Amino acid sequence: MKALLEILEELHPEIDFETHKSLIDDKILDSFDIITIIAEVNDEYDVAIPAHEITPENFNSASALYELIERLMDED
Amino acid sequence: MLFTSYGFILFLCVVIGLYYIIPKRFQWQLLLISSFVFYYFSGWSNLIYILVTIVSTYFIGMKLGNLNKQQNLYLKENKETLSREEKKAYKERIKAKRWRWLLFCLFFNLGILAVIKYTNFAIANINNIFTLFKMNELSFVNLIQPMGISFYTFKTMGYIIDVYRVKYEPERNIGKLALFVSFFPQLIQGPISRFDDLSLSLFKEHDFNAKSFSFGFQRVLWGYFKKLVIADRIVVAVLEITRNPETYDGIFVLVGMVFYAIQLYADFTGGIDITIGIAQMLGIEVKENFNRPYFSKSIVEYWRRWHITMGTWFRDYIFYPLSVCKPMLNISKSSRKRFGEQIGKKVPVYLSTMTVWFTTGLWHGASWNFVVWGLLNGFVILVSQEFEPLYAKFHQRFNVRDTFGFRLFQVIRTFLLMSSLRILDCYRDVGISFRMFGSMFTKFNINEMLTGSLLKLGLDISDYIVLLIGVIVLISISLIQRSGSVREKISGKPAIIRYTVYVLLLFSIVIFGAYGIGFDSNQFIYNQF
Repeated sequence: MKALLEILEELHPEIDFETHKSLIDDKILDSFDIITIIAEVNDEYDVAIPAHEITPENFNSASALYELIERLMDED
Repeated sequence: MLFTSYGFILFLCVVIGLYYIIPKRFQWQLLLISSFVFYYFSGWSNLIYILVTIVSTYFIGMKLGNLNKQQNLYLKENKETLSREEKKAYKERIKAKRWRWLLFCLFFNLGILAVIKYTNFAIANINNIFTLFKMNELSFVNLIQPMGISFYTFKTMGYIIDVYRVKYEPERNIGKLALFVSFFPQLIQGPISRFDDLSLSLFKEHDFNAKSFSFGFQRVLWGYFKKLVIADRIVVAVLEITRNPETYDGIFVLVGMVFYAIQLYADFTGGIDITIGIAQMLGIEVKENFNRPYFSKSIVEYWRRWHITMGTWFRDYIFYPLSVCKPMLNISKSSRKRFGEQIGKKVPVYLSTMTVWFTTGLWHGASWNFVVWGLLNGFVILVSQEFEPLYAKFHQRFNVRDTFGFRLFQVIRTFLLMSSLRILDCYRDVGISFRMFGSMFTKFNINEMLTGSLLKLGLDISDYIVLLIGVIVLISISLIQRSGSVREKISGKPAIIRYTVYVLLLFSIVIFGAYGIGFDSNQFIYNQF
């Protein structure tokens, strides 16, 4: 989780990713941010997030995103 | 059959009348028959194309669904006996089969679209090369573009990709799928609905609801007002300017650019108002396609608010899959190693953005004008993205605050930027478009506007008065919309005010609609895409 928070904070240092729960709904993360995050997550966790998992529910908070990463790692 | 034809009004009255008379369980079948009747009037041979797309999408959708079921059943039945590796291998096999079916469906239907829409464009380009080498030119083929093919093909592609992704089960009733693909109000210019958004209300049984019917009717009237009073009037001046670039350069290009922005907005949003309004009269919910786009403060925001269903379609089915596919992730890795972290991680963003905008341009039309228009949009978006930190520093350094004046400046800047890019829609080739854009700076002479030149563009003073009032009404409505639905607001007023508004709207369409000599009933701009 720590590595994920670092990835997110590098993109938007002004946001508290531990508490924010509406990153997509509040338009904090845009599509450019999302694909940058996916590339970095792929590097860090060696997991590929497929396009159909790019949903507001999965990207609205760091914890939801981390759950997705764990789920995809399990499926592997 | 144009939305603006008397034939369509008559057709619509019959369909709506029958819709609420027949037993409710037959409503969706009536809509299906009506959609095919509507399509038949655009040319019976066009029916073949849409039928082929419906049938192929249906059977491949079913195949994808069945393969998925087969996989789930097999894994469930052999849960205890299969090892993790065997399960994984089985899943991979099924996935490969499903992937092949998906690709077949996409290439087949996209192939139809590509052949019909782009063959002559390809031939023209090949001929350009042949001319260079003094070779014999190829002759053009005579292919008639079926109405709305870009829209319905994209709808079916979205559907089949969603079924592949197991977002939902395939539709088992071919009639229902056919209705989703061919639903007549949105057949010719969208919005590009998603199956899971539209299907629920499309196939549901609907009781007559006076409020929904009345709101839908008002929306239809509003759409006709935009189309007939504004778009079909101002188009005369737009065509006069853009078809005669030798006569009208300099300040006229600016006038044409602004006029075209008004025309396109009134035409496209008017058409969508009619579509969504008709659907609402039938009790069906169609997703919005616009969110007051000309009030956007940046190009990125503009594209979030203009032709929303197309933008989200490209984002979900091209931009994201392309950006996160394995080859792109590998490019991302290697470019980070090669160019460093900061520049390297932007490479996939650049590649995907430019690919999406190239495709968006091509989708709009088979000409280099649209390709260049698309690429320029992508370029401006990327440049704005890169300059964002610089803007922030500049604003901080010079204490630029988020005042009304600054926001107005941003809105006007975005409007002019988008209007400048749209010059490519208007002129016959890319060279002329750039030359005309340049002439705005090199031959700008405001005095030309003071000598009555505007009255030589095919519109007289009364037309300009109607247009001015029309545009003021458009802007006022958009401003009121910021605080909620205008129709809700009107419905809360006393009956006398309500009916005065409706009657005024109706009469303004009848009296001020652009009909008659010089104002031929025009096709909607997006019908051609």
